[in-house]
Amino acid sequence: MWQEAWQYFLKNTDKILKWTVQHIYIIIVANVCAVIIGVTVGIFISGKGRERIAEMVIYFASIMMTIPSLALYGILMGILASLSLPSIGFLPVVIALTLYGLLPIIRNTYTAIREVDPDMIEAGRGMGMGETQILLKIKLPLAVPVIMAGMRQAIVMNIGIAAIGSYIGAGGLGQPIFRGIANYRTDLIAVGAVCVSLLAIIVDVVMGRLEWLTTPKGVRIRLRRKS
Amino acid sequence: MIRLENVYKTYPDGTEAVKDLNLEISKGEFCVFLGPSGCGKTTSMKMINRLISLTSGKIYVDDKDIMSFNPNELRRNIGYAIQNIGLFPHLTVWENIATVPMLKKWSKQKQLDRAEELLELVGMDPSVFMYRYPSELSGGQQQRVGVARSLGADPDILLMDEPFGAIDPITRSKLQDEFLKIQAKIKKTIAFVTHDIEEAIKMGDKIALMKAGRLVQYDDPATLLTYPKDEFVRNFVGADRVLKGLRLYKAKDVMKEPPVTVKIDEDPARVKKRMEESNTKWSMVTDEKDRFIGWIASDDIKGSKSIKEIYKPPTVTAGPDTPLNEALSMMINSTIGTLAILDEDGKMLGVLSFDIIRDMLGQEESEQQKETKASGEKS
Ligand SMILES: Nc1ncnc2c1ncn2[C@@H]1O[C@H](COP(=O)(O)OP(=O)(O)O)[C@@H](O)[C@H]1O
Ligand SMILES: [Mg+2]
Repeated sequence: MWQEAWQYFLKNTDKILKWTVQHIYIIIVANVCAVIIGVTVGIFISGKGRERIAEMVIYFASIMMTIPSLALYGILMGILASLSLPSIGFLPVVIALTLYGLLPIIRNTYTAIREVDPDMIEAGRGMGMGETQILLKIKLPLAVPVIMAGMRQAIVMNIGIAAIGSYIGAGGLGQPIFRGIANYRTDLIAVGAVCVSLLAIIVDVVMGRLEWLTTPKGVRIRLRRKS
Repeated sequence: MIRLENVYKTYPDGTEAVKDLNLEISKGEFCVFLGPSGCGKTTSMKMINRLISLTSGKIYVDDKDIMSFNPNELRRNIGYAIQNIGLFPHLTVWENIATVPMLKKWSKQKQLDRAEELLELVGMDPSVFMYRYPSELSGGQQQRVGVARSLGADPDILLMDEPFGAIDPITRSKLQDEFLKIQAKIKKTIAFVTHDIEEAIKMGDKIALMKAGRLVQYDDPATLLTYPKDEFVRNFVGADRVLKGLRLYKAKDVMKEPPVTVKIDEDPARVKKRMEESNTKWSMVTDEKDRFIGWIASDDIKGSKSIKEIYKPPTVTAGPDTPLNEALSMMINSTIGTLAILDEDGKMLGVLSFDIIRDMLGQEESEQQKETKASGEKS
């Protein structure tokens, strides 16, 4: 089987490359959306007196995660069709992945901002910073690494879920897997599975590096001291 | 100048943290809010820059009602330092110090210059520390940067909430001394919170002693120690208030001329005679240039031994600005119970002894008794 998979890989490099690009494209679009929405929502619910809303938002986001992806695709297809939008292919998959990506990003943004040392906020306010300045100059810079960790979690998870998107015609590295299943071709399944895993591993490493790079220098030193 | 008039603060949960507080801090004065934990010191201080809103009453800064300012503008013109320092870990030392200048939109060059100037003021070398991060500093250095940051845009008023609280006693004492020197130069109007009576006596021009939200006594440290208004104040300043009062005096205030001084090349027999005449056991020995070099005991002068051979070098000496409490503990630790006060060149200025300090305390006590007697007669 591995022999055949390797043969297939060598013969169809261009196709596999195309699927990989499709896959990455879907992931990027979905996660950009998830980050924009997730960070905004995370910041919003971290505001004073919004604890109840925060609880509810995070609860709903966690429920979203428990919906099996095929079912979510199905639900989205129904909704999109009734809105006379394209109900198969790229759009429903991107929407689904965005929804899945929200929880880790919202949760991490919320927690990171809430956990900024109150002394620091007090010092900022006492020196005449407005709420926006406190957010932009104190809270966010300190929260960025944690938000990045949430993004990393979301993206790596979505790389796997995106493969299922091929089932509803979004292309990507799910293609060889579904074709393999339909035609009893384990070599195709193996190629698809290995490519998806490799992609996930590479993205994980890259995001880990990014997490480190976005950690403010002064905080990095502190982390290093602690370890 | 800061003036509080009939200030009350009741928190939403019903806690009456401050009750009918009236107090004025003159320009350039160092006022310490003192009292047990929970008595409302922090609340009183934070109402001045509107971090906490007043329930009723008025606060004036330079005769202007604080409510007439935009709160952020007000805070940018009042320096602020807190107990846990709260330096921003993601910003360098200079960026931390330049926080308020940055908020006031100074040019970058001006911010850098100011940060450099302030680092020098707090005794840190700018070429070493400007670009460091708070996590690379010791606790004492962080406190210094915290103080520098509160002076960022050169405010006239400083609010400090136990700024030297979270630090070991030795470093704290050093920071206190340094800050007093800085204050002598910059003459800010300061509201300073502490629960430490020693710190209050050492730092304050005035002490506002609070109890359960009320101001009990507002006086300078000497008056507070000498004339405690009631039982609470007396207990709070402590049974050793007389000893504490010593810190308010300096060696040069009470030192005396030594009864006998001896030149190193004097004839021992004559020295012995002089010492016996004036009934002193120990005399100070000076060299050719009048510099103090040690002590000589009359009992040690025997036979033909020269002064040079028998004098004893001092274990400790003090300067004219040494506070009396420190001088006293030096005396206790020295073998002879007498302390030489020297200037920077080692020239002798005078001596301190247990007797001199006891006489001084005796005078204080009798004055106080007269006072209480007088007020007793009036009522
Ligand atoms: N935000 C708050 N809500 C309710 N009560 C408070 C709040 N802050 C302080 N207090 C209470 O007000 C009183 C005075 O507090 P504080 O001014 O912090 O005292 P101090 O600084 O002298 O220790 C205390 O009893 C404290 O528990
Ligand atoms: Mg306090």
